[in-house]
Amino acid sequence: MTINTKRVMKNAWRITRDRNLTCLRIRVPGGYLPVKLLPLIQEIAERFGNGAVHITTRQGFEIPGIAFEHMTEINALLTPLIEELEVKIGVTIDQPDQGYPSAGTRNVVACIGNKVCTNAVFDTTALAKDIEKIIYPNNPHVKIAVTGCPNDCVKVHMHDIGILGQVEPLYDAQRCIGCQACINNCHKVSTGALTLVNYKVKRDASRCIGCGECVLKCPTAAWTRGGKYYRVVIMGRTGKKNPRVAATFLEWAEREVVLKLCANLYVYIDKHIDRSLPKEHVGYIVDRTGYPIFKEEMLKNVDLGSKAQLASILNFAGPMYDNHVSFLNT
Amino acid sequence: MGYKYTAAAFNQLLENLRKKHRVYAPILLKGKGKFSDADLVGYDEIARVEEVVFNQKSYFSPKETFYPITQTLFYFAGDEFKESVVDEKGIIVFLRACDIQAVERLDKIMLENGLSPDYYYERLRKHLKFIVMDCQESFDSCFCVSMGTNTTKNYSASVRYENGLYLSDVKIDIDGLFALYGEQFEVSPQFVETNKQMVQVPQNLNLESVAINPIWEEYGARCIACGRCTVVCPSCSCYTMQDIFYEDNPKCGERRRVWASCHIDGFTDMAGGHSFRRTNGERMRFKVMHKINDFKQRFGVHMCVGCGRCDNACPEYISLAHCIDRLGKEEVGNCG
Ligand code: SF4
Ligand code: SF4
Ligand code: SF4
Ligand code: SF4
Ligand code: SF4
Repeated sequence: MTINTKRVMKNAWRITRDRNLTCLRIRVPGGYLPVKLLPLIQEIAERFGNGAVHITTRQGFEIPGIAFEHMTEINALLTPLIEELEVKIGVTIDQPDQGYPSAGTRNVVACIGNKVCTNAVFDTTALAKDIEKIIYPNNPHVKIAVTGCPNDCVKVHMHDIGILGQVEPLYDAQRCIGCQACINNCHKVSTGALTLVNYKVKRDASRCIGCGECVLKCPTAAWTRGGKYYRVVIMGRTGKKNPRVAATFLEWAEREVVLKLCANLYVYIDKHIDRSLPKEHVGYIVDRTGYPIFKEEMLKNVDLGSKAQLASILNFAGPMYDNHVSFLNT
Repeated sequence: MGYKYTAAAFNQLLENLRKKHRVYAPILLKGKGKFSDADLVGYDEIARVEEVVFNQKSYFSPKETFYPITQTLFYFAGDEFKESVVDEKGIIVFLRACDIQAVERLDKIMLENGLSPDYYYERLRKHLKFIVMDCQESFDSCFCVSMGTNTTKNYSASVRYENGLYLSDVKIDIDGLFALYGEQFEVSPQFVETNKQMVQVPQNLNLESVAINPIWEEYGARCIACGRCTVVCPSCSCYTMQDIFYEDNPKCGERRRVWASCHIDGFTDMAGGHSFRRTNGERMRFKVMHKINDFKQRFGVHMCVGCGRCDNACPEYISLAHCIDRLGKEEVGNCG
């Protein structure tokens, strides 16, 4: 059997432990799937695979147990799925009947957002799709995730770029009855940004993370929702070397800024990636170039606006596996 | 006398009413819902009749237009004080039949309870004029028919939107403007005669057995004491006083009156740390009894007008209508 593994993998098929079998990876941008596409996934799994799918952590499907010889036929079968989930949202795919054009840049995942969740600050699926449009198809190994509020149900802090919704709470003192529900709740579940002064509420903007809990708890709508903004956290990762939680890069950034950053990331990667390696994960590129260069290139042609706050340093936390001092004396 | 108006004619009427009045109506407050990308129907001043939301019930009641959530009563400096000034303009409010009946309930507690009328309530209330919005259909949570509050004759004018026209029955024309801009037309206001939920209102609750009824424990376990049910209620009247001493000069300050809620912590707190109703179940019992028993004993009508706003607002899905119905059915059951 002869197989161009690089081409196969780029086409979203996997090399698996069974030499004769491959596995197809289907991406679902934002994790929101019109169920009319499920029968097609079922059909592929039943006709060509082993009748099961694996639901991936990146909100896609892997269909295992497929013989390599069926790849071309299945790629053609996938056309309606690629049309609906990619082409229709504006992703440029020249030959949608030939399967996925790339697999390095991973599916953009999102929490359910304000379709359902009461906490959500915005429509996460819509933003995930707009990001997909900018970054796909692309080869660099990049993981981006979108979450509706600082609860971070999607764990954007383990991504190269993580986006968390922020809302600016607006206060109308005239409507406030001083019940302190907002104050108590901000203390209990968030940052304690609110205090009672003369029976009315003061917000310390430097502590507020824009979770919107005050708005949710206020019985009189003294707190209401102002503008939507985004916290952008970067270079979180898992992996064998140095897993770590992402650090805040920007907060109170506007939507346009977020989209521009996603585009600029690819320019930065292209310029600095170590081409002697089979692949280099972007977080390690940033480790090499340093934050100042990264920052400068990410912010090229970006108008941060008046609200956005830019991190002066990246404050990472995470172990180095090869430097685990706690094992040394045992 | 009945009139019909095109939108343009009604807007001219409004423009002229607004010279001497503030005109309030339920409007769509864009993005003001508690969840993101959600709107809220609440009260604000209007300039055009197209702003008025006819096909939904307002989340907040019209009460805030003449009984402000926060109101400065007077300012003090040393031994002197100066009363706050109120706008001398009239207040015209678009509201429903049940809401007008709720204002009548507020009047009872604020004007007829005690030795003298509540001065600060009265000084705004006397400027108030009603435009009743017809109810052609009952909304989901309404139970006005069971409370006997589905109709009213107490209004300056009625209004409903029908086939592109605004139809008004005018009882007391305001400055002759309704006649000036309207075209005569036979109109009688429409009120609902049945609700989707009919409620068995208890007639004569036995206080001792109500006090030990296990339902309060159940409600107590569900209620989170957020106070939403009371702040959206058109007939809740409770307030608290706040004395503010200005930071720069604590000798000067102001006294404010602010809405309060019997459901929220601190309502019955007294000096020395004593508090009457500590549990949420006790508070629920107090509210329910006030709404459908105690008030009637004193004033002859129930305080609750069955607008259903408390049902819509409760984050724990506690339904007052259902609670009243339970008590009513238990009463009938006990008697029979
Ligand atoms: S991250 Fe926030 S918005 Fe998203 S599902 Fe979790 S709580 Fe809801
Ligand atoms: S948005 Fe969140 S952090 Fe900010 S004041 Fe409100 S509850 Fe506190
Ligand atoms: S929850 Fe609303 S009414 Fe209560 S103190 Fe906060 S702002 Fe005021
Ligand atoms: S139904 Fe609820 S909100 Fe309406 S008057 Fe009765 S207690 Fe108040
Ligand atoms: S709205 Fe519901 S949870 Fe809140 S105080 Fe009223 S009954 Fe309790």
